[in-house]
Amino acid sequence: MSEALYLYTVLIPVVLFLSFLFTGLFGNKMNPIVTGFISTAAILFGLVVSYYTAYHYFFVDGLIDGAYPTHIAFDMEWLRFTPMLSINMGVLIDPISIMMLIVVTTVSAMVHIYSFGYMKGESGFARFYTFLSLFSFSMIGLVVASNLFQMYMFWELVGVSSYLLIGYYYEKPSAVNASKKAFIVTRFADFGFLTGMLLLAYFTGTFDLVALTNPEGLAIASAPVMGFLGISVVTWAVGLIFIGGAGKSAMFPLHIWLPDAMEGPTPVSALIHAATMVVAGVYLVARLFPIYVFSAPGALEMVAIVGAFSSVFAAIIAITQTDIKRVLAFSTMSQIGYMMMALGVSGFYGEAGTGYMASMFHLFNHAMFKSLLFLGAGAIIHAVHSNYMTDMGNLRKYLPITHITFLIAALAISGIYPFSGFFSKDEILVAAMAKNPIYFWVEWAVAGLTAFYMFRLYFSIFWGEKREYEHKPQEAPLSMTIPLLLLAVASAVAGFIPFSKFVSADRIPFEVHFHPLIAYPSLAVAALGIIVAAVMYMKPSKTPDKIAGSLSGIYKLSHNKFYIDEIYLWFTHTIIFGMVASAASWFDRNIIDGFLNGIASFTNMVSEKTKGLQSGQLQQYGIYMISGVLALFLVFIYWIS
Amino acid sequence: MVDIPVEHFSYIALFVFFAGLYGFFTRKNMIAMLMSIELILNAVNIQFVAFNYYLYPDLMEGMIFSLFIIGVAAAEAAVAIAIIINVYRRFKTINVEKVNSMKY
Repeated sequence: MSEALYLYTVLIPVVLFLSFLFTGLFGNKMNPIVTGFISTAAILFGLVVSYYTAYHYFFVDGLIDGAYPTHIAFDMEWLRFTPMLSINMGVLIDPISIMMLIVVTTVSAMVHIYSFGYMKGESGFARFYTFLSLFSFSMIGLVVASNLFQMYMFWELVGVSSYLLIGYYYEKPSAVNASKKAFIVTRFADFGFLTGMLLLAYFTGTFDLVALTNPEGLAIASAPVMGFLGISVVTWAVGLIFIGGAGKSAMFPLHIWLPDAMEGPTPVSALIHAATMVVAGVYLVARLFPIYVFSAPGALEMVAIVGAFSSVFAAIIAITQTDIKRVLAFSTMSQIGYMMMALGVSGFYGEAGTGYMASMFHLFNHAMFKSLLFLGAGAIIHAVHSNYMTDMGNLRKYLPITHITFLIAALAISGIYPFSGFFSKDEILVAAMAKNPIYFWVEWAVAGLTAFYMFRLYFSIFWGEKREYEHKPQEAPLSMTIPLLLLAVASAVAGFIPFSKFVSADRIPFEVHFHPLIAYPSLAVAALGIIVAAVMYMKPSKTPDKIAGSLSGIYKLSHNKFYIDEIYLWFTHTIIFGMVASAASWFDRNIIDGFLNGIASFTNMVSEKTKGLQSGQLQQYGIYMISGVLALFLVFIYWIS
Repeated sequence: MVDIPVEHFSYIALFVFFAGLYGFFTRKNMIAMLMSIELILNAVNIQFVAFNYYLYPDLMEGMIFSLFIIGVAAAEAAVAIAIIINVYRRFKTINVEKVNSMKY
């Protein structure tokens, strides 16, 4: 580890923070467009520095002793509680943090530019850019965190910025509810992160990520093997941390906030709820991966199962949704399930770490094509003024650029060669096959479902029946189409990045091999999904309704998202509010309050009865006094002596 | 004169003391209440002088103490009358029952 190399990376969060402060404090005093430019300039600066860092790290410094090194570019004592316990702020540079820097700054910059068009004329334009700066700052603070506590702090900060941006249209009750829901659900999950982190820190005595995740001599190794309920302490700790990650990454059953979060402006959905914040959970698991793989294989198995289940679950729901943003939200959940599953099935050394590499690769590609899909959806909503695909159709005539870019993204997410999704999904399937064929077949089926629902979306929006629009839909302005085109290029070619050369679990580059037995079936199932979607939705037909009718039970379950929200509501209302809370409130109102009110009313009663003694009549007082003196006198004479 | 027993002085003093006390509690006029207080003080003076004479004929403390009390009583009367004048200016009365604004 060399000192102070890459010190300039600390400028990225600092500049973004200054931009947030400046636009936040003075944003309402200047032209909103200027605010947007300041914010965009800050993120573009971050973008340039990130790319420069990546270039320098991978190509100039490159491998040291055959592996990519970890640099602590900056480290500073921030909070000092006792000499034993202090919390640092720092910047940690290694392959995955650089990859995340690139993802965050790229998508954020695209969204900043795009929002000039999309948010034009909104009353809260300056506020929007302020929050975007806050979010970018927090997200970058999260990815470069050098210790777990710093990560946790920024983790909460991204939660806050997500809350603020979902609730951007704060006059709309549904947006307010959605922002509250997102905040409460993720906060609830973060409690797991906090507990797990403290457990980990208690047994190792450090928050430092380098010390925690050093594969030779894990700091956690000294923890007692058997902990609570027959599960070791370290498994508990990382399991709880995974709960935090699952909450942020919308894994089942903590996913309920993500579809509602679509109430926020569409660029926000693209940035936060597709590309960056929701993959923070994946990033967290990847960050602590050595602990999972060496000390807590049980927790890693849980990661794989939750990921695989969420991917199937979300894909099934996505098929029947009609709000295009919700389809994309469930698709995000499904793709993050892929990443989680890939981490869960991964090993550590060499090719056994394919899953880890594939997960990061998919994270990278997903950020590009999913933000593109969301931004495209934003352009469509901008043109049609509706979120529902039933209000759309035949839009390819009106929105040619959006059409092409959306198609590229849909092909990428479906895993069609040569678009980026093919490569990462392929690697994930290879890793799944190596671990357990069940994972492979599950994810293989999900790949088919993904292709189907994406092309259902695509065909319903851009093909389908010819229809008359009240206002002729117009292609979006240049500020919106340029980010679309840039992201489309990224989605198309990112697959050719030799990712395993840069990112691997043990930091040592390895070669990936083409596995025809895996690539061809997955391509086939994706093609099948697309063909089925084309048959059903390309021309107006009655087939979809017929199928929905014959499978009405499953259709209804899926359309209502398996009633998970209702189960939560029932649970909170009946169990928590009805039984626990009402009993507690009765106790509070009658016993606690009753006791205190009793004291007060007793005092009041006594004073009511005795206040007449203070009559203002001087002579009465004199009589009382003399009687008292006489009484004392008698006492002294007859009792005391 | 030497024949008068000391108890008789005490009887007188007791009578004067209670007369003063009674006056203090029953008269509504503040001047009259002040006069009652003077009676109480003088009862004490009688006791002081009598006991000094009978118990310690060669000492003078009791006598001097009563002189002090007379002096203090004069000062107290001056202060009390000043207060009463102020009360009168404010309430237009020196009836102690009417001066009762300090109550609950």
